[in-house]
Amino acid sequence: MGRLKVFKSLVKDSLDVITHGSLRYHIWMASLTLIMLIGMYCYSIQLEEGLSVTGMTDRVSWGLYISNFTFLVGVAAAAVMLVMPTYVLKDIDFKQAVLIGEGLAVAALIMCLAFVVADMGGPSVLWHMIPGIGVFNFPNSMLTWDVIVLNGYLFLNITIPFYILFRHYQGKEAKSKVYVPGAILSVFWAVGIHLVTAFLYQGLQARPFWNNALLGPRFLASAFAAGPALIILVLAIIRNFSAFNIQDKTIKKIALVVTVAAQINLIMLVSELFKEFYAPTHHSESAYYLFFGLHGKTALLPWIWTAIPLNVLATVLLTFHKLRNNFKILYLSCFMLFIAIWIEKGFGLIVPGFIPGPYGKIAEYTPTGIEIGVTLGIWALGAFVFTILAKTAINIELGKIKFKK
Amino acid sequence: MGDKNKKWFSLNLNRKVSNETTCGCGKSSGGCGSHNSNPIPNTDSKIKSIGGERTKDGFEQVFDVKMDRRTAFKKLTASLLIGAGAVSTSCSMLTGDETKEKAQIDWEEQFKGNYKLMTDDEKKGTVDRLMRSYELRTGKKINMSSKNANEDVLFGYAFNISKCQGYMDCVNACVEENNQDRDSQMQYIRIHEMKDGRGLDFGEADDNYYHEVPAEGHFYMGTQCFHCDNPPCVEVCPVQATWREDDGLVVVDYDWCVGCRYCMAACPYDGRRFNWKKPEVPEAEINHNQHYLGNRMRKKGVMEKCTFCVQRSRAGKNPACVEACPTGARIFGNLLDPNSTIRWVLENKKVFRLKEDLGTEPKFWYFMD
Ligand code: SF4
Ligand code: SF4
Repeated sequence: MGRLKVFKSLVKDSLDVITHGSLRYHIWMASLTLIMLIGMYCYSIQLEEGLSVTGMTDRVSWGLYISNFTFLVGVAAAAVMLVMPTYVLKDIDFKQAVLIGEGLAVAALIMCLAFVVADMGGPSVLWHMIPGIGVFNFPNSMLTWDVIVLNGYLFLNITIPFYILFRHYQGKEAKSKVYVPGAILSVFWAVGIHLVTAFLYQGLQARPFWNNALLGPRFLASAFAAGPALIILVLAIIRNFSAFNIQDKTIKKIALVVTVAAQINLIMLVSELFKEFYAPTHHSESAYYLFFGLHGKTALLPWIWTAIPLNVLATVLLTFHKLRNNFKILYLSCFMLFIAIWIEKGFGLIVPGFIPGPYGKIAEYTPTGIEIGVTLGIWALGAFVFTILAKTAINIELGKIKFKK
Repeated sequence: MGDKNKKWFSLNLNRKVSNETTCGCGKSSGGCGSHNSNPIPNTDSKIKSIGGERTKDGFEQVFDVKMDRRTAFKKLTASLLIGAGAVSTSCSMLTGDETKEKAQIDWEEQFKGNYKLMTDDEKKGTVDRLMRSYELRTGKKINMSSKNANEDVLFGYAFNISKCQGYMDCVNACVEENNQDRDSQMQYIRIHEMKDGRGLDFGEADDNYYHEVPAEGHFYMGTQCFHCDNPPCVEVCPVQATWREDDGLVVVDYDWCVGCRYCMAACPYDGRRFNWKKPEVPEAEINHNQHYLGNRMRKKGVMEKCTFCVQRSRAGKNPACVEACPTGARIFGNLLDPNSTIRWVLENKKVFRLKEDLGTEPKFWYFMD
């Protein structure tokens, strides 16, 4: 009973924290709400009319939604890069960052699930996918694996920080005996979610662009670059706007993670490009389409040629210690890297998988306004969730909200 | 099974084989473990190939009003708000017997189970409901069948490239037979117009031509779902809404499909079509002779595909495309019947299949005179 009382008071206190803040904070939350409402309106149109309001067709049957889903799985997986040193290696610097990282993972996972639901043709029969009630095609379908690992990861990332914050809220230390096993599990799990998501595509012999053994590892490398890059940006903002003390040392360590991952990612990119273009086969057509266009169809060129230079430039900047240790340059490169990988692992991965089609037909894909609206709405939802989580966590950590007996 | 029972060449890969009609290991000695000493028409293997992954009794899944409260509640919560549509129809319009019956049918249809796992009685139940519902809605009667696969039948198809002239009569017959959406002009069959002298160059081919045929210097080749014997589309479906029937037809339960389109990404032959919007067929053009797994009316947001006209083929008729072809380029029949035309073609012509390297084992062959 005691716990319940604490929980009740925690909910009340956090509601209090969430609804109070500076003018800037209110403007931020209000605009997020507005975008979410627009997104919901767009989604209601999609529900009414069907997926025909999107740019997807029988030829390119996955688009913006699945692209964002794929990318965000990577962001979610990246929280592990902070979890590992903090909980397992007892690296104190990271402790502050890790709650933020896990909050980010939760927000990213919620966005992932929202994108999957938005992509479904029949959301009203989604219960067919619930094990026990519906029919779960496990272990044959990689999609069922993905459902399991994503929900499991969501569960881990909610319970671990919740346990820690709940203890801190009562003014007690969190027992490492309780959370360390969970943290170790989540390390493996994070690798799992991203690998499984890559297998989703990798396992399709019908799509040579995806059916490639490097896809999984490259997913991991790019995720461990883009995710912590986002965390650095978020930490920078939090440092600016709250009393939460994040040391330079922490950011520099995360920057190192980003750098190494970005370098590995670049090496793999080179390897991929070499394979596609040194001895091009029939199966290299998708890569040709992506990088150079095919038969005058060039919709993806501006995207990929934004992504590649940004990616290379950011990696080069990060590689030099002098430049990396300059925070202005660091933030800039993190931003560039994030955008570059979003393009590359989203659009640049999903759409060319379908082009050219199984019989060489080239039909291009452009997202419609409604699709973009829903997508922005889901991103706003993620930002909204994250803000709430981070604000509560920061206030507990700062001791601003505490359980009063 | 030995080579003598194998009807076609298979890729020599050590693949997992879920049905006994083709063994992927390519050996005849039985070393791969998936060989079965029994001949093909073996009831044992039949059962395995259809409900192999799951043996749950279909009755469990049907939302019957007589069901005990707890299960009912479980299903209710699971469908969340979504069921609310059905609920509101059943609550708001309790006037008149017909509306009541309609609501009852909607309710049961919303919560019924996967057709693949249903018993014959349950299959008949849902088909009866669907027929009654159509009658209540439009005042017209349709005839819907739930006929299962016949014993000792495995359907196969052959396409004569020399004969096809690109008339597209098959395409039109297919659209009419299978009640496809007229609005988006959905077509299962694509006819590729290829240039003479370029070989089978699909990249250069045009599958969307509007001119008089046969065009000078061109030849024609049709594609559709090939009803693969090792179908990748079936493997990937998260809810088993698509499966291979015992007679080799790969079918979709339109009411169970959640519309994720994973199967579409997995199909190497462009065999699947998605209902991006609500399909529309003018009442006068609807084909009233339907099968649950075939040409019954679809809804928006579900997958569909060629079923070799299951409503016709299981009744002993040829698919509509075969019947409509004026040149005789299309041949359909039972691969297990040694006297069938399709067997004659496979044995006497130089046949080939598309993308054999993928190991999908299509039951659709091409040949030339
Ligand atoms: S052709 Fe495509 S849709 Fe048809 S059975 Fe093969 S993989 Fe499935
Ligand atoms: S679209 Fe339907 S049939 Fe295809 S994989 Fe998804 S649920 Fe299965």
